[in-house]
This record gives sequence, C-alpha cells and structure tokens, in this order.
Amino acid sequence: MPLLQQYHFNASLSSSSSPFVAPLSAFNSSASRNKNVSLPPPNFGICRCVATPQEAKTQTAYKTNVSRNANMGKLQAGYLFPEVARRRNAHKEKYPDAQVISLGIGDTTEPIPDVITSSMSKKCQALSTLEGYSGYGAEQGEKPLRAAIRSTFYADLGIDDDDIFVSDGAKCDISRLQVVFGSNVTMAVQDPSYPAYVDSSVIMGQTGQFQKDVEKYANIEYMDCTPENGFFPDLSKSPRTDIIFFCSPNNPTGAAATREQLTRLVQFAKDNGSIIVYDSAYALYMSDDNPRSIFEIPGAREVAIETSSFSKYAGFTGVRLGWTVVPKELLFSDGFPVARDFNRVVCTCFNGASTVAQAGGLACLSPEGLKQAMHEVIGFYKGNTEIIVDTFNSLGFKVYGGRNAPYVWVHFPGRSSWDVFAEILEKTHVVTTPGSGFGPGGEGFVRVSAFGHRGNVLEACKRFRQLYK
Amino acid sequence: MYKLLICNSTLSDKLFDPGCLHTSFGIRKEKKDHYTNVPRNANLEKLPKGYLFPEISLRQHQHLEQHPDASLISLGIGDTTEPVPDIVTSRMADFASGLSTLEGYRGYGAEQGNKELRKAIAETFYKDVNVKDSEVFVSDGAQCDIARLQLLLGSRVTASVQDPSFPGYIDTSVIIGQAGDLDHETGRYHRLEYMKCGPENKFFPDLRRTSSTDVIFFCSPNNPTGHAATRQQLEQLVKFAKDNGSIIVFDSAYATYISDDSPRSIFEIPGAKEVAVEISSFSKFAGFTGVRLGWTVVPSELCFSNGFPVIHDFNRVVCTCFNGASNIAQAGGLACLSSEGFEGVRTRVNYYKENAEILLDALASLNIKAYGGQNAPYVWVHFPGMNSWEVFDMILEKANIITVPGCGFGPGGEEFLRISAFGHRESILEAARRLKALFS
Repeated sequence: MPLLQQYHFNASLSSSSSPFVAPLSAFNSSASRNKNVSLPPPNFGICRCVATPQEAKTQTAYKTNVSRNANMGKLQAGYLFPEVARRRNAHKEKYPDAQVISLGIGDTTEPIPDVITSSMSKKCQALSTLEGYSGYGAEQGEKPLRAAIRSTFYADLGIDDDDIFVSDGAKCDISRLQVVFGSNVTMAVQDPSYPAYVDSSVIMGQTGQFQKDVEKYANIEYMDCTPENGFFPDLSKSPRTDIIFFCSPNNPTGAAATREQLTRLVQFAKDNGSIIVYDSAYALYMSDDNPRSIFEIPGAREVAIETSSFSKYAGFTGVRLGWTVVPKELLFSDGFPVARDFNRVVCTCFNGASTVAQAGGLACLSPEGLKQAMHEVIGFYKGNTEIIVDTFNSLGFKVYGGRNAPYVWVHFPGRSSWDVFAEILEKTHVVTTPGSGFGPGGEGFVRVSAFGHRGNVLEACKRFRQLYK
Repeated sequence: MYKLLICNSTLSDKLFDPGCLHTSFGIRKEKKDHYTNVPRNANLEKLPKGYLFPEISLRQHQHLEQHPDASLISLGIGDTTEPVPDIVTSRMADFASGLSTLEGYRGYGAEQGNKELRKAIAETFYKDVNVKDSEVFVSDGAQCDIARLQLLLGSRVTASVQDPSFPGYIDTSVIIGQAGDLDHETGRYHRLEYMKCGPENKFFPDLRRTSSTDVIFFCSPNNPTGHAATRQQLEQLVKFAKDNGSIIVFDSAYATYISDDSPRSIFEIPGAKEVAVEISSFSKFAGFTGVRLGWTVVPSELCFSNGFPVIHDFNRVVCTCFNGASNIAQAGGLACLSSEGFEGVRTRVNYYKENAEILLDALASLNIKAYGGQNAPYVWVHFPGMNSWEVFDMILEKANIITVPGCGFGPGGEEFLRISAFGHRESILEAARRLKALFS
C-alpha cells in the first residue's frame, strides 16, 4: 500500500537478538563491563514518524468517516526519543561493524541490586500460591509503598501517605495530569524541557498550531532557561498561565534550582493562582544542597503537584514505577480538591502499577535498598557524568549540568543541534540528543546522557577527544 | 466552599467523592484556604460520583465495618482469585532475577511492546486473520488502552456504547469531552448513543434504530451481560460501521471464555480490518489483574477520513503518553503464550467457567432468569421490576454476598444484577447455597 511505505515498519532494524527469558539466555555472552560493545537497542517494530505532509490514500482504499483528531495533526514529528533511536538504528545499518555507543536516550544500563530484584522474584513466585496470590491492587498503589515513599522523600513536609499516587512512571503521570486539567487551561514550560510536557499538552488540545518561524506551539508559554539567566526563568517577564511545568534537577540542562529560586517560583504561582507540576525525577542525583522536593518550600502544598520516578534511581526504566504527589491543600478555582479529580482519573483511566514492580519499589526503599539501589547505582552514574564533564571541559567547550543530574549540556554556539548530533554520530558512532528536540531554547546545545557501562563512557569520551582536539 | 477532609481510615486507601463521604467523614471549612485560579475541568464535573468499582469496594468495606464477623463473599468486582501457573511465574521470577545481571538487565523497552510478545500474541490469537505483529501494541491493560484510544480520538468524535456496558467506555468518553451533559432523569449523556442490549433483542442492538456515530464501543463476550455476539451479529455490526464510516472499538477481553463457536476476534469478520480496533487483556485470561498486561490491535488498513492511518496516531500516543508495559509482566505474558503456559492458564479459565455453571444452576433451580455465564465469567440476573441497588443491598445484607447492581453499567442495566464467577470453588458453592436459601 503506497501510503504505508511512508510509514513502513522498521521491523528489520529492531534487533535485540536475545530471547526474552534472562539470564541464562545466550545473549551476548562476551559482553563485559570493560568491553566496548554496543548494547542492544530496545526492540522497535515501529512506524517511522516523519514530519512530511500526509498524503491521502488512493481512491480505491477505504477510509472511515472519522475525522482525525486535529490535535494529533499539530504534532510536528515523532516523539523525540524514537526519532533519536531511528537515526541510531539507521546508522547501525549503515555501519554494521561500528561499535555504536548510546549516550542519547537516558536509559539506565547497570543491573539492579539483588535486594530489589529478589523481592520482585519472590512476588512473582508468590502469585503461584494460594496465600500469595493477589489480583487487582488499589489504583493509587499499595499502602506500604505509599507510606515508604512518604517517609523516604517527604518526611516532615506535611505530606500524607494518601497524597501519594503510585504509577507506572512519570511520563504516564504527566499525561494523566493533562487529562485532569483538560483542554481549557494554559500552560508554561521551561525552554528547553522534557518533550512530554509540550507533546501531551498538544495532544490534549491546550495549544494552538506550531509556529515554524519560532519553533513553538501557539498558546504555550516558553520560559527561557539559558546559561545567561542561570537556567531559571525571569518570572517578571513571564505571563500568567494556569499550569507551570518545572523540572529540577533539569532534563536536559542538568540545572538544579536553588531554594531561593523555588521560593520565588512558589510565590509566583501563589500570586497568579497557578499550579506547578514539579518533576523531581532526578532529585537524588543532586550534589549540591538544593531542595529535593518542591514541598520543602513553605506554601508549596497549595500550589504544586510533584511527580517522580524509580526509573533513574533504581534502573526501573523497563520495570515501570513512579509516583505523583497531589496535596490535599491544592484546590481548583472553585475550591474543589485537585486530588479528587486525579483520583478519579487514576481509577478510570488506569488500573495501578504492576504489583510486581511495586514489590520492587518497596525493596528499593528498605534501608538496604536505599543504600544499594539509590546511592551506589546513582553514584556510579554520577561518576560517569564527571568523566563526560571533564572531557568536554578539557576540550574547551562550555559545559553545563552534570553536577546535579545525569545529563551534560554542551554548548555548540552557532551550530544546529541536529547537525552536531549527526556529526558526532557519523564521526564517533556515539549517539547523543540534539538540544532542539527539547525546544527552541535547546538549539545550539547537545545533551549527553551519563547512563552507560563505564567502559563505554570512557570509550565515548576518548572518541570525543579525537574528534574535537 | 468546603474543604473535605480525606482521612486515611480503616477503609481502603481510596479517596471518595463527596456524595459518599459525608456519611463517614466530617467536612470542615478552612478560612485561609488558598484557591488557585485554575478552573476545574468541566468534563470531570459531569462524572457522577465515583467510578463504579471503587463504589462497590466502599460498600463492601462499610458492610464489613458494620458486620465485622460477616463471612463476606465477593462476587462483585471481576477480580481473579486463582494462582497463576508456575510455568508463568517462574519465567517472570527468572526475568526479574536476570535484571541483576549484566546479560539479563533491560532498560527501556519499546513502547509498543517486546517484539517476541507481539509476535506471540499475533500468532496465538490472530493466526488465521492475518494480524501482523507490527499491528499489536502491548499495554498495561485494556482500561488504560481505552483511555489512550480516547486521547487519540479526541473530544470531537461521537460515540456509542452498548447499554449496559463496561463503565470505562462512558467514563473516559465523558472525561475526554465527547459525551456532553448527563441527563439526570434518564441517566444518559446527551451526546452518547446508547444501544440497548437486552434479552428482548438477544443482547444485540437493533442497528436500524441506531444513529450512526464515529466510534462504536462493543464488548463481546460482554461485560456485564455475558453475551457473545454471533458471527451473523458481528457481520451486521461491521457492515453498519462500514456503511456509516464508523470505527468499532471491539473489546475481546473475555474471548477465551467462549464455549461455542462465536467469533473470538472482530477480525474474523471480513472487512473488519478497515473498520475496527480490538483491545484485549491478560487480566481475566491469565490472572494478571495485578500484574498488568494487555494489548490493542490497530490494523494498518484503518484510516481516518483524510486517509491518515490510525495506527500512526496510536503509535504516537503510545510513545508520548506511555512508556511500555512492565518488562516483567511482558515476560509473564510470553510464558502464558507458550504451549505449556497456555495450557496452564486455560485450566484457570475453565475453573472460573465451572464456577459460572454452578451459579447458573443455582439460579435456574430458583426459577430466576439468568443470562450469560456460558461464554463469559459473568452471570446477568434479571429481577423484573426491582431497583438494582436495592437488590444489591438486599443480597449483601441477607446473604453477605457482594455483587454489582446492573444500573452501574448504564440505564439498560436496571433490574439486573451482575454476579461474577471469580472466586475459590468453596466460595462459589457457598454463595450458591446462600442464594438458594435466600430465594427459595
């Protein structure tokens, strides 16, 4: 079918050769920490999302009478990370012998500590027993896990266990929050920012059309976050919006907002009657003394929701577990508690995170789990980040982030970030992420993520040094 | 405005709507409450009370509070009870342990699902109807997929639902903004088309009397009525969709419960690929209600009116609003579809089907008209002239059995009660005994 060739399914490019059952599979038995072996990409049998104009099908092919959702039509291209993956896969096809190193998609690589996986394993086995079998869990999450999240992350911050909603990850929660807010709210994002905020806003119908000249969607407020303003927006220049998405430590810039900055943000939200959606998925990567939760700021419970994730803390990117905190004090303009609507959406549009993943989450938050999962593994990735920062610094680049987040934000003044991405990929076989994928404010920057086996990170840095010496 | 106290009480950890809360909690007005200036989503205001199943849970807990010694039998929420076969859980356990090793660690999976699992689903369920693995999207369950489909479809499409039907279709339709306002008298939303399905029309709508809508939600075998549409009925449905340019969202979550030769997939009907998506789930098939795994099939032939393939947009929603089902759940899914695993989960399905038979027999012996139960794990019991919440209350009060009142599934469910067949055999037998005692 002619149309389908434009959207052909790259089944042949997706290529994890390993059978699903681990660990006794024959998968890549020569892989070791010290070898420069490319890791298998995620499985992709996806259609290629391209930004070309859509052609109608041939006259003879049947079409329904259902109009395409105009909001979907506003999206410019595929979601950023599948695009990056597509280019990586195309590159691998072009250079089948190249040892491609992925520092693009922020995908964790290190095995999960035993203390955590053994609890998940046990939970799986228990499902085969009468006493241990459990069916539907509470959509909001298992009580002990909610309590553990509260006591680990929100102790003494006035947050209750039942303010916490366990989920299958922050990205999913962002969309559920958008469903709660609906299409009649305005929103602001940092520029650059994690693309799910903008994309979910477009899908929800909160935005106007994409304006090619400025590379922004109409009706979204983009708050510049640049080296010049310390990656914190000038709030005096920011018009009021209903919702403000704020990520700290930031993806992609790595900037961690200070207490003073967040106090101003909370005040701004209070003065304007706005709701902050605060993404703290990287909080444990902080080296500095900055707030780890928005709720450390007095008054924040009345203006903010916080979302977070086990993905980057515990290597749960595939296991799928996160949470969102919606304080009781947060009210819509008519006094209706936001948590009530969030609960309704969670009960209607979701059915809870996997009980196996939740068992893992509980183990993560045990004393041993915290020590191993959180601190050792995070420490490892922070070690990677340092190596990358040092490399680019030594090459004379202006480098940001890296200290409080597993991302390094490298400046390539005057250059197109997709060009730099392509150049790095072509010449060093290293995948990064072009800054403009995070918004027009990301143009001229490239994000290098610090997730990878140490050997691969060292090798990638060696190649950077060769390229840019 | 009053600020509601949401207490973490002995009741389940669910938040409840004001309508239910005032009986159990106090309401306190705070003078210094900060109200944001963010308007509440008007669509959420149109939803009545809480979602049906948490409502049932609430009543269950209230009953237990009042009668702590009651031996309550839950035949309400369709929650599976029997352990998952070893072959499946051991693979899941191995996979989980494998995440602690270099070779076995996996990070992000494809949002569309693990390739092998997609293939296995296509081969197991759609072998003879040419569904490609690239058309299968693995998810964390049908309820979540319904919401994602609604997000994809947007607020401007019109929808029809069977009446009665699984409340998720209506509730998500309201939330997205398709359904218009609720008419409190009829219990119907103004912009939704309700297709009555009752004994009088063999649980299949009279399509000649049905207005056309963009989207048609159709569940077969049906929750709650248990009816499995015949091939002839589904042919009519596909023709109706084709004539009207509609898209059918076909929910086949209970297909493995079919006893006769009713179609197990909409794609068994010629032409369906151009008019339908199919959603399904491992929940009731494999006992994965807590594990969370399902799938949706979006044929590549299915196009919007401008020729744009629906699959393209669904993929975009899946990549943007979702991050894939848990890889451990997917490992379990793959094990379920191995020949040994499939055999194992089939025995559970048969176990629940036998439960349904026991309930049907009990009701038949009481001369109570009951439908379903043969192709689905639900028995749909008729209490002519009675209010379904009253019947629910009566059975709860006098027999300590939780069921689901038919009106929770739509106005067409009034006078009916849904009894689910999930439970340990002893519970089912005991429930049958109690029903006989109550109604004879």
